[in-house]
Amino acid sequence: MRSYFVKRLLLMIPTLLGISLVSFLIIHLTPGDPALLKLGDTEQRSGNQLLAAQIIDETRALYGLDQPLHVQYLRWLRRLVTFDFGESLRDHRPIIDKLRERIPVSVRLSGISLLFAYLISIPIGIRSATHPHSIGDRITTVLLFGLYSLPNFWIATMAIVYLGGGDFWRVFPVYGLASPNAAAWPWWQRLEDQLWHLVLPITCLTYYTLAVLSRYMRVGMIEIIRQDFIRTARAKGLGERIVVYRHALRNSLIPIVTLMADLLPALIGGSIVVETLFSIPGMGSLSYEAVYTRDYPLLMAIFTLSAFLTLLGIFLADLLYTLVDPRIRYEKRAAA
Amino acid sequence: MKRGQRPEGYWQIVSRQFRNNRVATAGLIVVLLLFILAASADFIANDKPLVMSYRSELYFPVLKDYAAWVGVSRWEAPFQNVSFKDFAAMNFKEGDWAQFPPVRYSPNEVSLTSVLRPPSAQHFLGTDDIGRDIASRVVHGSRVSLSVGFVAVSIYVLIGLVIGAFAGYYGGIVDIVASRTIEIMLTIPTFFLIITVVAFLPPSILNIMIVIGITNWPTVARLTRGEFLKTKSLEYVVAAQALGASDFRTIFRHILPNSMAPVFVAATFGVASAILIESSLSFLGFGVPPSKPSWGSILSNARQLLPSGWWLTVFPGLAIFLTVTSYNLVGEGLRDAADPRLKA
Repeated sequence: MRSYFVKRLLLMIPTLLGISLVSFLIIHLTPGDPALLKLGDTEQRSGNQLLAAQIIDETRALYGLDQPLHVQYLRWLRRLVTFDFGESLRDHRPIIDKLRERIPVSVRLSGISLLFAYLISIPIGIRSATHPHSIGDRITTVLLFGLYSLPNFWIATMAIVYLGGGDFWRVFPVYGLASPNAAAWPWWQRLEDQLWHLVLPITCLTYYTLAVLSRYMRVGMIEIIRQDFIRTARAKGLGERIVVYRHALRNSLIPIVTLMADLLPALIGGSIVVETLFSIPGMGSLSYEAVYTRDYPLLMAIFTLSAFLTLLGIFLADLLYTLVDPRIRYEKRAAA
Repeated sequence: MKRGQRPEGYWQIVSRQFRNNRVATAGLIVVLLLFILAASADFIANDKPLVMSYRSELYFPVLKDYAAWVGVSRWEAPFQNVSFKDFAAMNFKEGDWAQFPPVRYSPNEVSLTSVLRPPSAQHFLGTDDIGRDIASRVVHGSRVSLSVGFVAVSIYVLIGLVIGAFAGYYGGIVDIVASRTIEIMLTIPTFFLIITVVAFLPPSILNIMIVIGITNWPTVARLTRGEFLKTKSLEYVVAAQALGASDFRTIFRHILPNSMAPVFVAATFGVASAILIESSLSFLGFGVPPSKPSWGSILSNARQLLPSGWWLTVFPGLAIFLTVTSYNLVGEGLRDAADPRLKA
């Protein structure tokens, strides 16, 4: 087992190299070099030639754009390995500090959202699978299909229009994670305030994942329930509850576990729209700002980080497989 | 089966099973209607009349616009650069008439006298902050969404098919390089890659299509590779090779047509997600240039006017939802119809 995971980790190295190459290509193959692009922007904004020239030099030095290509790539690689992403072009703060501020916010947000998604989708999936083609199953299938096709930026905008105090109701706050003067309040009031702020963003972040997970859960469960060992369990007189929760559930969790690999990078990518709309200072809104202000070093840092998270997600999914399904043994496959 | 009748081919079976699925068929009909809407957008929402009788002569200004654009015809002197609505109001006399399209506004027609109007008899879906008609923008916006969906997916299906086919057919070093590349590309979060690339490029529809196209091919390549691995040792392929067919012919004439089903299913879902990606990008302001009406850019405009102006949010969103749902329904129907396990 351990040897498999060591091998698995070692196999990640070429993939990481590939990712670094792709990110390097993005910087270099797009029309116009980033230093000049930056110059164009600044000239338009301030018309200050001196400042523009300074930015060119800074950007050139940061990426080493005056060096030959292979030297540039090696420098980029060294910076990736040491997590030295340089400074933000915008406010000249080290990027690593910015990430340190923003990551906890996003992790908390996505953590809560994931928790809800799994907590709700698993029972829905089980219920639909154990009563297939019942009215309840049909209604949830249609509803989930609808949720699946709803763009989250639309839902978020609608939520703000109808519930955020425009021409309609004012139920939920739509700005940030806490009220501006909350610091002076007692803790229970602060907690309530924070929870109240979380309702809309969490809903917008959760419903899509929820729909996807429930569908997988239902399909997985239906396939398991048809199998022989479930018939055997029923035949020996076990109660339906035990059959479903002891025997079937554990096996049908496997496909859901795979999805973890996709969900981890969503910590960053999935919340760009939601965090921006609700002005939540997390990784999503940081990415938005990075793109919007063409802050290339920041952009490349976030990009690398999210690719790294995907790799980590795949690795974790493999690890969880073995926990959920003891039949999966990696020694054999690793040896083959 | 009657004597002399050819046995039902694979695609005939798929098509029969698809037609038996009522929901999927409905989805397909909606998709077709949307294409008709996009193609005829100029005849549905335009500030020029479809037909006009002026001084007892008939004119077809919308068609004329096309002709003038292609260069085969020119506007008559009195109609050059005029607003037909003003023209009709000023110059029309007894017996002159004009038949306008159902929506009498062009998508970019600015009117500062009717700003941010809620839906009414004049503006069916209301107007935005500079008085542009939302109904017209939604109708014309279908062009952006449908063409982005179609072109972007065509690009990546093409790339994916070729790479997947070569990897699966030749194996060996070709397969190793291709598979590694696919694996790396799959590791990179697509939406973020797209946003990153778009940040380096000037906003245009073509750029969005290309970026979606070159970032999404790995899924198709992986599917195609898998199909080729399954198919390449089958007897009919060996027979084709024994008859002296070239590699090129074996790949594209014999194996590929039989490996297309999963790719088609993936492509249908792909169109839905490409439409979502385009509208998200436009919503965030990284998509189409602001002058182009697109469902995402209307929503983006709505966002700046938040929290009022509900009509700016509701209608383009519904359009996206309808389109994406229809494509997803077609995709589900196609998947079920193409599934050999369910073959009847």
